[in-house]
Amino acid sequence: MTTTFPINPPAPAALLLPEPGPVTLHVNGQSIALTIAPWTTLLDALREHAHLSGTKKGCDHGQCGACTVLMNGTRINSCLSLAVMHQDDEITTIEGLAHGDELHPLQQAFIDHDAFQCGYCTPGQLCSAVGLLSEGHARTAEEIRELMSGNICRCAAYPHIVSAIQEVMHAQPLRP
Amino acid sequence: MLTEATDPIATRFIAGGTNLLDLMKQQVEQPAKLVDINRLPLSAITELPNGGLRLGALVTNADTAYHPLVQGRYPLLAQTILAGASPQLRNKATNGGNLMQRTRCYYFYDVATPCNKRMPGSGCGALGGYNRVCGILGTSESCIATHPSDMCVALAALEAVVQVSGPHGERTIPMADFHRLPGNEPHRDNTLLPGELITAIDLPAQGFAQHYTYLKLRDRTSYAFALVSVAVGLELTDGLITQARLALGGVAHKPWRRPAAEAMLVGQPAEPETYRAVVQSLLAGSRGYDHNAFKIELAERAIVQALSQALNRSA
Repeated sequence: MTTTFPINPPAPAALLLPEPGPVTLHVNGQSIALTIAPWTTLLDALREHAHLSGTKKGCDHGQCGACTVLMNGTRINSCLSLAVMHQDDEITTIEGLAHGDELHPLQQAFIDHDAFQCGYCTPGQLCSAVGLLSEGHARTAEEIRELMSGNICRCAAYPHIVSAIQEVMHAQPLRP
Repeated sequence: MLTEATDPIATRFIAGGTNLLDLMKQQVEQPAKLVDINRLPLSAITELPNGGLRLGALVTNADTAYHPLVQGRYPLLAQTILAGASPQLRNKATNGGNLMQRTRCYYFYDVATPCNKRMPGSGCGALGGYNRVCGILGTSESCIATHPSDMCVALAALEAVVQVSGPHGERTIPMADFHRLPGNEPHRDNTLLPGELITAIDLPAQGFAQHYTYLKLRDRTSYAFALVSVAVGLELTDGLITQARLALGGVAHKPWRRPAAEAMLVGQPAEPETYRAVVQSLLAGSRGYDHNAFKIELAERAIVQALSQALNRSA
């Protein structure tokens, strides 16, 4: 049985869709030239076109944080942003956190504190935690929890994530 | 007749894009063109000659909330912004976009259901549906959606003024007049005209930095929309209230204020006995629906609690 409502306008059939065009992204210190449609999200550009699949697609609606990357050092949801709008930005993904075989301190701390189970949210958790540390607004465990609330972990590794972040935070010199 | 501002296939400005792109993925919005405004020179927070503060439309919510002048002079606004969304979203979402974000009513988002806001004339799915998150004040038979912003609740309490630029020049819109009640035109969220763009939000000098609070009640303690929220700013002299602002979120199609209710506090001692009549005045005419009648008592209690919190806070 189907019920029909006049609920949504029909797709604009007469519109000419723009062709894919050149978009250059600067990711983890490298320039990457892509040819993509203008509506391609930063997340899809990274995963599907630049083949940097470390950044994860969870909800694709900005609710889970799995797609978190750093834009000029600031954490954002890459699913809610268009790649074409980031050609002047430095993007850092999970692939860019380590130096060769030397893990980022947060990556090592996540391992040491068993801060993940399935690992799907982990790239987003790590990029978010890097952003959190550079923002410098969290000091206590409660503040870390609040300022990591944009990253969901369905394995509920939250206590260990907070411990890992705390360890790195306290190993860093305090900001003035 | 649809105007450009409400036509779902028209041109849209995009700044942070955190709500617009989501709406496009949901096919709620299907703009034919997006105009990226991020290179416009609207990214500054500047002091105004009258002692107020101008928040550029393109300043992010995070940069606004953590700005020293906002933290120092408008802590109510800082607290309110930080009560909304997540750090990632606040890092991307802009001040202008915060005002322009659309309701999170489930029926607005679900294109398989009727919604007068999304498709005028199709009906309201929320009215007889699962309306727990919907409004209790200023609703209409066409729409019972709420405005989702936290920031706008504080801006309403602070009597901020929206600076707008458009095809016919520049104009200012007081926050009280920016968002509108649904009436029989719920597709119109606000009073912007086609082609108009928010350029800045001006805060008056009075920041209520001594006695203020933003109380936000929600289903989880972070990263959730308000069921009911209350922004309070008070001025006190010798235990008597000399100036009061009260705005509610999560209950109406716009931040809910009634200056007459606020006036009832002036000259009164800051005591719970004073609050009862104020609560009644602010919530007069409230109406609960099948799943959200709890919001009325929640709002009553939240107002009293917020007034008490505001009194006890001293900067």
